[in-house]
Amino acid sequence: MSAVGWVVADSWTMTRRELAHWARQPVQVVVGLVFPVMLLLVFGYLIGGGRGVSGPYVDFLVPGMLALTMAFGLEGTMLAVTQDLNKGVVDRFRSMPMVSGTVLVGRAVADMLQSAVGLVVLIGVGYAMGWRPGGGAGFLAAVGLLLLFRFAMLWVGIHLAMVAGRPELVQAVQILVWPVGFLSNAFAVPASMPGWLGAVVEWNPLSATATAVRELWGAGAGGSSWAAEHAGVLAVGWPVVLVGLFLPLAVGRFGRLRG
Amino acid sequence: MPDADVNGNSILVEDVGKRYGAKRVLDGLDLAVRRGTVHAVLGPNGAGKTTAVRIMTTLLRPDAGRVLVAGHDVQREAGEVRRRIGLLGQHAAVDEELGGRQNLEMFGRLHHLGARRAGERADELLARFGLADTGRKAVGKYSGGMRRRLDLAASLITDPEVLFLDEPTTGLDPRGRAEVWGAVRSLVGGGTTVLLTTQYLEEADQLADRISLIDGGRVAAEGTADGLKATVGSDRIEVVVRDPSQLADTVRVLGLPGVTVDRDRRLLSAPVTDRMGVLVDVVRELSAAGIEAEDIAVRRPTLDEVFLSLTEGGPVGDGESLAESDRGERGVAV
Repeated sequence: MSAVGWVVADSWTMTRRELAHWARQPVQVVVGLVFPVMLLLVFGYLIGGGRGVSGPYVDFLVPGMLALTMAFGLEGTMLAVTQDLNKGVVDRFRSMPMVSGTVLVGRAVADMLQSAVGLVVLIGVGYAMGWRPGGGAGFLAAVGLLLLFRFAMLWVGIHLAMVAGRPELVQAVQILVWPVGFLSNAFAVPASMPGWLGAVVEWNPLSATATAVRELWGAGAGGSSWAAEHAGVLAVGWPVVLVGLFLPLAVGRFGRLRG
Repeated sequence: MPDADVNGNSILVEDVGKRYGAKRVLDGLDLAVRRGTVHAVLGPNGAGKTTAVRIMTTLLRPDAGRVLVAGHDVQREAGEVRRRIGLLGQHAAVDEELGGRQNLEMFGRLHHLGARRAGERADELLARFGLADTGRKAVGKYSGGMRRRLDLAASLITDPEVLFLDEPTTGLDPRGRAEVWGAVRSLVGGGTTVLLTTQYLEEADQLADRISLIDGGRVAAEGTADGLKATVGSDRIEVVVRDPSQLADTVRVLGLPGVTVDRDRRLLSAPVTDRMGVLVDVVRELSAAGIEAEDIAVRRPTLDEVFLSLTEGGPVGDGESLAESDRGERGVAV
């Protein structure tokens, strides 16, 4: 088989490994899917209201929640990579004649699949809550932007996991993800926030994706700043920059002999 | 076909150095392991054993020196080396969430055996290591010994020329240890070269053809277990008498040169050369003189004594296991 053939074969073996983990931990998978649904319901019916939002709040909330879920995917990626690195099984992978970078490909495919399923579930629940997005090509483009954002978070997560190394440090990142996630326009309009905070929020990559998705789904995005008006550019630009930065870093760090 | 190796050595380590920051972990390490033998690298925690194995298995780059495994340079021909080695690391290097067969089949595919052959090989290895009836049970639920055996099976997927075992029984109970020892013994004779690191002296004694004692990142002594023991002194005969008042008579009756007496333990001890001859003489002379002995034994110096004498001041690091093993061997007399 050619070199490319082995890359494909090894990637498939590593992806199968992750799928086998799901098959053995169905409860964990379901909990992972239910958690964002719970958040969506809490903000939709309990806390919600969305300061400064024009139009139905659910139209504003669902895209925000989807983008936030993609951002939170970073935690799952980090946790999985750190656990692998600490278990010694990666040492076996690296001492074998396989294409060693395919360990990361397996992780990537599995996490993207899980996030795609998560998107479908959340969109379904949003629909049940009365949310009606615009259809057609715009709908698919929005899903594409969300997955692109998740893809960026994937490589940030893999890199951070290898830098952090230990599960204790992952916990610290898991806590930090919350303020970073909420420092966005996922739930509220930046104009309703103090000026300096609103500016930070608008430049958050999560906000760019959420705003661009809202526009594609025909919800009033609000905001007249440069960042808000060029959300589409930023929603593509931010992930491309993050992937361009973190993918080579992560692959390099993984491939490099330790020490 | 095995590759051309260097003068019959499957592993050749020459003047290898490795440091982490200011700490020198390996400092001029030399090893030569002959094809088809079991070689133990024995040393306390922190002696550099694991670092050495990681370098030999292409996981870590040395700062200095040269390492050839199965005739290939670990730095320039890492791929060639990986095709020819198996590694059993300190931490179970299997996926604990999956079952035993799932693990072996996965590793087989990653060794590029192809899907069908990988499955067959998994079944062969499970049967060989007594794991055939584990079914779908996740490896995380295996006993320590079972997990180690699966780990060993995973290291043998392609019948490696050189097998590295990094502290294969650390953390196992005596039963698990016996299981792993049995598995390692069954490999030898098949022509596999085994490099084993351990902090248990007994393990090196039991399994290895040759032993390298390492301390401070370099080899402090090397030889067969018997050869190393001979370096610290000869065998001794030890007699424990029932009645301490008979100690003086015993010394006179036996007339052994260089005898020492420990009154508290009612023990008399003397160096000997002809182990069995002396034993027979002592038994006969004591019974002729009517002296009752509680214990008569010819004792060989333990590897602990070798180790302590060579590393001056005893084990570095926490040295706990050495102390443990020391206690364990005290009662063993030949």
